[in-house]
Amino acid sequence: MSSVLFFIAAIGAIAGAIGVITLENPFYSVLALVGHLISLAALFLLLRAEFVAAAQVVVYAGAVMVLYTFVVSYVGGDSAQARIGEPIGRPPGATMTLAAWACGGALVIELCIAVLGSGLKAISTHGAAYSPTFGSPQQIGDLLLTRFLAPFEIASYLLLIAAVGAVVLARRRGGVDDDDGTGVPVITAMDIFRPRPQGTGTMAEGVGGRVRIAGVAGQAPVVEPAAPARVAEPVGVPGRASEPAGVPGGESEGLDA
Amino acid sequence: MSIGWYLVVSALIFSIGAGGVLIRRNPLVILLCLELMLNAANLALIGFSRMWGNGDGQIFALIVMVVAACEVTVGLGVIVAMHRLRLPMNVDEIRELQG
Repeated sequence: MSSVLFFIAAIGAIAGAIGVITLENPFYSVLALVGHLISLAALFLLLRAEFVAAAQVVVYAGAVMVLYTFVVSYVGGDSAQARIGEPIGRPPGATMTLAAWACGGALVIELCIAVLGSGLKAISTHGAAYSPTFGSPQQIGDLLLTRFLAPFEIASYLLLIAAVGAVVLARRRGGVDDDDGTGVPVITAMDIFRPRPQGTGTMAEGVGGRVRIAGVAGQAPVVEPAAPARVAEPVGVPGRASEPAGVPGGESEGLDA
Repeated sequence: MSIGWYLVVSALIFSIGAGGVLIRRNPLVILLCLELMLNAANLALIGFSRMWGNGDGQIFALIVMVVAACEVTVGLGVIVAMHRLRLPMNVDEIRELQG
């Protein structure tokens, strides 16, 4: 029975992996990876690692893959890129693809030789005698909080640093001063403390909209002073050039608070 | 099934991931292939953990999952920043480490 389950899960895992690298659309690649991860969780269960299998399904197939799905829908795949006319690089030629497959084949042969020829006698057995506490959450928690306390704490710091780094990398840069003349926004560490123009860093701006402070034409703007304000306007914002200069009460796109 | 079978499956998945890094040019798919390789390593770790009847390998696998999550977070942040700067989504064309 366990052999049947093993082969089903192993074939699922390998098919998912092949699907990840062969499907054209990155969205389908992500879905294939979800199938791969769930098959892998079944393999973990066959190896009596219940807690890791549950964490695999919840954390990996649940959370991380949702993150992937969001980014793929935001960025778009190869086809979306071709549609909007951005440059797509030439695909790797047939020779390169063949060479890559040859490298992969050589790697699997080498790994199999290394693993199966290693002289470890226990590899051909079914593993050590099974005790009911093996792989249980209790054992994992015991180990994490006693023997492996330092790796546990370091991992939490690593997660914190990665979260901060992702926010810094992916945040909106349009509203920050770009006074260096090149038009490319420059980010320094001091930007964290500098007051921003109102409305920057919001999701509305992220999709290209700007915050309109004064709604109705003909009325005085609520926030913006009558004189045209000096705003740090990013390059290439539509609608700025066509706006009559210095007309108070026009529908203002100024951002100064 | 003996532990060797699991290790062979792990070697296959790792090689598929490595081949995917070589043949695909989309950074998103390359990140997915990195995930494949890390998961193959996890499978080997858990197989060895079962082989010795010892929980250390499972702890190691959990730490690898944490590292993979961090790598995904930062990698996806880089991809979103690339998209904002209108860079081409092709690792062959992004060779300069500026902006």
